[in-house]
Amino acid sequence: MRGVVRSLAPFLVGLPILVVLQVVLDSLRLGDWTFELLNIGIAIILAVSLNVVNGFTGQFSLGHAGFMAVGGYTAAKITLAFTGVQLVFLPEAASDHLVFALALGAGMVTAAVAGLVVGLPSLRLRGDYLAIVTLGFGEIIRSIIENVKFLGQATGLSGLPARTNITWVGAGAIATIVMARRLSVSTEGRALFAIREDEVAAEAMGVDTTGYKVRAFVISAAYAGLAGGLLVHQIQLATPRSFTFIRSIEVVVFVVLGGLGSITGSVISATVLTWLLERLREVQQYRMVGYALLLVILMLARPQGLFGTRELWDLPFFRNPPWKRRTAAGAGGGAA
Amino acid sequence: MSAFLQHLVNGLSLGTIYALIALGYTMVYGVLKLINFAHGDVYMVGAFAGYYFATSLGVSEQPTVGKAVAVTLGSMIVCGFTGYLIERLAYRPLRGRPRLTALITAIGVSFLLEYGFQLQPWFSSPIEFPPGPSPRFFPSLIEYQAWTFLDGVTVSNFDLLGFGTAVGLMFCLQWIVYRTRFGTAMRAASFDPQVAGLMGIPVDRIISGTFVLGSMLAAAAGVINGVSRYKIDPLFGLMPGLKAFVAAVLGGIGSVPGAMVGGLVIGLAEEYVAGYTVSSYRDAIAFTILILVLLFRPAGLFGSFRPEKV
Repeated sequence: MRGVVRSLAPFLVGLPILVVLQVVLDSLRLGDWTFELLNIGIAIILAVSLNVVNGFTGQFSLGHAGFMAVGGYTAAKITLAFTGVQLVFLPEAASDHLVFALALGAGMVTAAVAGLVVGLPSLRLRGDYLAIVTLGFGEIIRSIIENVKFLGQATGLSGLPARTNITWVGAGAIATIVMARRLSVSTEGRALFAIREDEVAAEAMGVDTTGYKVRAFVISAAYAGLAGGLLVHQIQLATPRSFTFIRSIEVVVFVVLGGLGSITGSVISATVLTWLLERLREVQQYRMVGYALLLVILMLARPQGLFGTRELWDLPFFRNPPWKRRTAAGAGGGAA
Repeated sequence: MSAFLQHLVNGLSLGTIYALIALGYTMVYGVLKLINFAHGDVYMVGAFAGYYFATSLGVSEQPTVGKAVAVTLGSMIVCGFTGYLIERLAYRPLRGRPRLTALITAIGVSFLLEYGFQLQPWFSSPIEFPPGPSPRFFPSLIEYQAWTFLDGVTVSNFDLLGFGTAVGLMFCLQWIVYRTRFGTAMRAASFDPQVAGLMGIPVDRIISGTFVLGSMLAAAAGVINGVSRYKIDPLFGLMPGLKAFVAAVLGGIGSVPGAMVGGLVIGLAEEYVAGYTVSSYRDAIAFTILILVLLFRPAGLFGSFRPEKV
């Protein structure tokens, strides 16, 4: 019961805020702001879901864009098949969004299946193999898309309806964060942390390491598929160019910078970096070099990222906030 | 029949390049247990170094054997130095840290090379560096000659020389690894770095040497590839790098003869698949092989599976 409440409460609080935000931005005609918020929301979904594999479980996936592509193209195909179809028992807008929800769900399922196919052989071995296999998988998905006519080849699928709005992306981001948070405080989450800390010890303690790794990987892939579905309906185009290797690396940088294993770290670094990149459009050619340098320097100087495995509220500043310190001292405690 | 033989020739020519790159992967993995992601990009650096040497020596106007040898050796030296720098600056400070840290660093170094080379040139004399994103054309170091056998099987002197150079280098490597003091130290360090250190082997220097050796082989592969396939660009190391890694895994990672056999198998498989089915599946075959190997024989063809101990 408490679990249900904790899972649902963020939606009950968040969704009205999102709807109001969307109405306000639409009525003020702040299209740029909306666009940027959508980008940030999708980045958050990607970063937090990748964190489940790279941060919680200590494996290393480099194929998030591949799963995004699987989810995105599935969703795109479904909404394209349903264009002009209205479910009779519903008004038009509701019918459209119901189809969109189905498309996103289908995208998540196909991405999860792809995750299972990729994860099952490679997760039986140590983490390094996963990096190569997922990298290769991302490239294979891209080359398949570029060669299959059904998927529009290199030009992609155009003319998708613009269904992605702030409410959808926000709901997706909340769902991803709630999933990660609920996972991290559950038995399954503890098992994942145990695998990250010491795989041999975890196995000796009776943790089914391969099983947990594969499950974490499948969950992460499903949410990447969700992000893909949202992305293609934001830019109204499903093209292999949206799902290149660079995208996967971008997500890895978000997660590593925020701290492997920290949900709030991922959210903050995804938000800040996405916003910053929008500001730095002019120096586009230095973007990847910047990412690369950031990764290397971060690993040399602060390998745990900004927050390490801790969350925002675990930091000393919040544990013992300045506004409470004074009252504690005033009350005669003095233990500040 | 002639198509079959032609694919055999092309596959061997491609396979030697993978084999040369795979050797670097397998040696570094042997001593450090690190997948050196940047290795494919060292191969790219080698190709570009060869390109710069060749253009500044004016090879395209007057190709001679001496110049060809100078270009190859020069690019091997440049790459050896690059490999040394990468190890010294990026990997050595991370010795003893979690493996994931080193892996992320390797990915970072790989991207630094790939995208650093894609920047607009900072200076244009004596060479244009960085080369920028557009592809360059590698000048031919020797004059192209080709012979045709058995109704339509073409073998060029590029194929023969590339194959010969690669095999020669592999024999050199085999000699270094199994017949010299350095090779013995390398094998000891790969068996157990800690104990090797206790026995008085300078493990750090051996690891540097391994990087230099692997990078030189990658440079040779880059030059051979550049000569027979002309086009080079800053991203072209990525795919061969990955496939060479697959070759190393197929042969049994850590095993020197395994890497050679694995490289040839991947090259042949790729050519036959591209020749007899759709050529766009060329890139997929290596990863299919990787997944099959991981499923059925994770230790690879020549490797022995050592369970992880605490």
